[in-house]
Amino acid sequence: MSKGDLREGRVARLLVGGPPFIFLLIFFVGPSLIMILTSFRFPGEFGGLAPIAAPAASAESEHGFTPEAYQFFFSDLLYGEIFFKSFAMAAATTFICLILAYPLAVLIARSEKRFRNLLVLLVVLPFASNFLIRIYAWMIILGPESALSQFINAILGVFGIGPVTLLFSPFAVLVGMVYVHLPFMVLPLYTNLEKHDPALLNAAQDLGANGWQRFWQITWPLSLPGVFSGSALVFIPVLGMFAVPDILGGTGDILIGNLIKDQFLGTRDWPFGSALSIMLTLAVLSVAALATWLARPATGQQG
Amino acid sequence: MALLEIRNVTRRFGSYTAVDNVTVTIEAGEFFTLLGPSGCGKTTLLRMIAGFDLPDSGQILLDGKDVVGTPPEKRPVHTVFQTYALFPHMTVADNIAFPLKMAGKALPEIKARVSEALDGVRLSDFRGRFPHELSGGQKQRVALARGLVNRPRLLLLDEPLGALDAKLREEMQIELINLQKEVGITFVFVTHAQNEALALSHRIAVMNRGSVEQIDEPSKIYGFPENRFVADFVGKISMMSARVLESTPSHLKLEVSGLGEVVTVGKEGVKAGDNGLVAIRPEQVRISHASDEPQLKNHFLGKVHDFLYVGDVTTYIVELSNGAYIEALLPNSAPGRAKFYDVGDAVAVSWRHDAGIFLHE
Repeated sequence: MSKGDLREGRVARLLVGGPPFIFLLIFFVGPSLIMILTSFRFPGEFGGLAPIAAPAASAESEHGFTPEAYQFFFSDLLYGEIFFKSFAMAAATTFICLILAYPLAVLIARSEKRFRNLLVLLVVLPFASNFLIRIYAWMIILGPESALSQFINAILGVFGIGPVTLLFSPFAVLVGMVYVHLPFMVLPLYTNLEKHDPALLNAAQDLGANGWQRFWQITWPLSLPGVFSGSALVFIPVLGMFAVPDILGGTGDILIGNLIKDQFLGTRDWPFGSALSIMLTLAVLSVAALATWLARPATGQQG
Repeated sequence: MALLEIRNVTRRFGSYTAVDNVTVTIEAGEFFTLLGPSGCGKTTLLRMIAGFDLPDSGQILLDGKDVVGTPPEKRPVHTVFQTYALFPHMTVADNIAFPLKMAGKALPEIKARVSEALDGVRLSDFRGRFPHELSGGQKQRVALARGLVNRPRLLLLDEPLGALDAKLREEMQIELINLQKEVGITFVFVTHAQNEALALSHRIAVMNRGSVEQIDEPSKIYGFPENRFVADFVGKISMMSARVLESTPSHLKLEVSGLGEVVTVGKEGVKAGDNGLVAIRPEQVRISHASDEPQLKNHFLGKVHDFLYVGDVTTYIVELSNGAYIEALLPNSAPGRAKFYDVGDAVAVSWRHDAGIFLHE
């Protein structure tokens, strides 16, 4: 390769990689820095932010930088509890999505080639209608007048329990979360499972492995990269989601997302909202880092 | 009692008959080869022995018991797959330990047997490697060790040398023969490479279009093919139409039109007046100058049509007076010399009275 080729390669790389890099710089790194800065400031008297430099008129008013927002966060157990609840919700959603998505992904990956694309299309089909409309639909399905509610309460009534309200409960939030995020679990799992060499399962069977052993010894370990990337794709958005708990949850079911939203739109405490966002970002980054590390290609996967 | 008996097995896919009423008996300790072109049914037959496919009719008996209803994981039969199918997420040692673990062996026994198996295929230093860190030949040996480690009654090998280059293939052939001798396990080997089949097997079943054409030792398959397909598929052979003039137990006298009388070795079931082919292997044909004194009864004049130099030998294609072509093989005993005869040279070809064979059309 000559020097000219090398230089050409570098220019091409800049042309291809440059625009997205600049985009992320302006719309991700920039806002993040602003958020960090905001989280260390005082809230304004009527919302917004207090000035950094003391205004000449009232020298005693709050101004400059302060770790107050973070102190506030750690001073009240309530916020830690909401963080914990959000993590628990995200974990439960991820787990249920995994349980539901895995058999579906296996089914698609092992179906005839000509049907696979159609089946994948069906998995992503819900995206064709608006997200909020789909959540409101769940409001009707889980509502007290719905056939589902009446059916469940009729059964519970036989055992002398209930009636229960499905809507505006952690259960409703979980159902909504699972429903919205299921495709994000199915797709990476399918992509992984589809690449498995069927000869491996034949070999395992030939060497004495029954169906259960074939799954746990061959299919499951080989699918781990798909499991981890699917889990990250579900876990992380659920952690910050506020629309689903807003619509389907009760008053006690607020998650971090709702808390942050309230700081900006309700309580008007921008610094505290920013501090919460930073905490959430750090939490998400550590989950993402863990998932990336776990999802690194299993040794020998490329065989 | 035979180890494996395949009795009248037929397998159809729609209107296509992949295996057509095949009966084969394999003895314990044998290196048995199913040889045939692609689509001859040899792989379907192998899959039925392993349990991955079921016959539409017929029986497969292992140690006298019908195994048709037994799933692959319960048959004491292991397979070395064409693509090796090593588990990519397991080390060499874990791959080899797999069948032992599935059989529920105790850990100390697994350890001992894996070490033994690794020694057997000279891979002890590679036990911690992953399959993608191995060469083709090493993968092959891991697959073999994995197939043998739990001492199956039968090891099936599905074209296991197909993916290797020529030189390595030859090395692996020798290794396979030695390994089979050492472990004493019955091998059923599937291949379309006739030289591989001849080199490795105790017995060969030549298959064509779902049927077995001939089952015999390699030298019999090569030396006395029973029909045109076997003669043509295994090794090189020149054939000419012939009619039987006289048949005795020791020899046949044949008439080849435009050439004259040809004498070949006697064959059962051939009678005067039969029409068929006379077939001669190239290495059995001697080539000499046309002017040389005839020394054998089968002696015919012709001229060199073409020749093919491949290093150790040169094949001469000689056109006979009746227009038929016959191949003669001559070792290149003089160094640096590619040919002893040139295109157009007048030559004589001759062969012993017991060299040619008669085949019914």
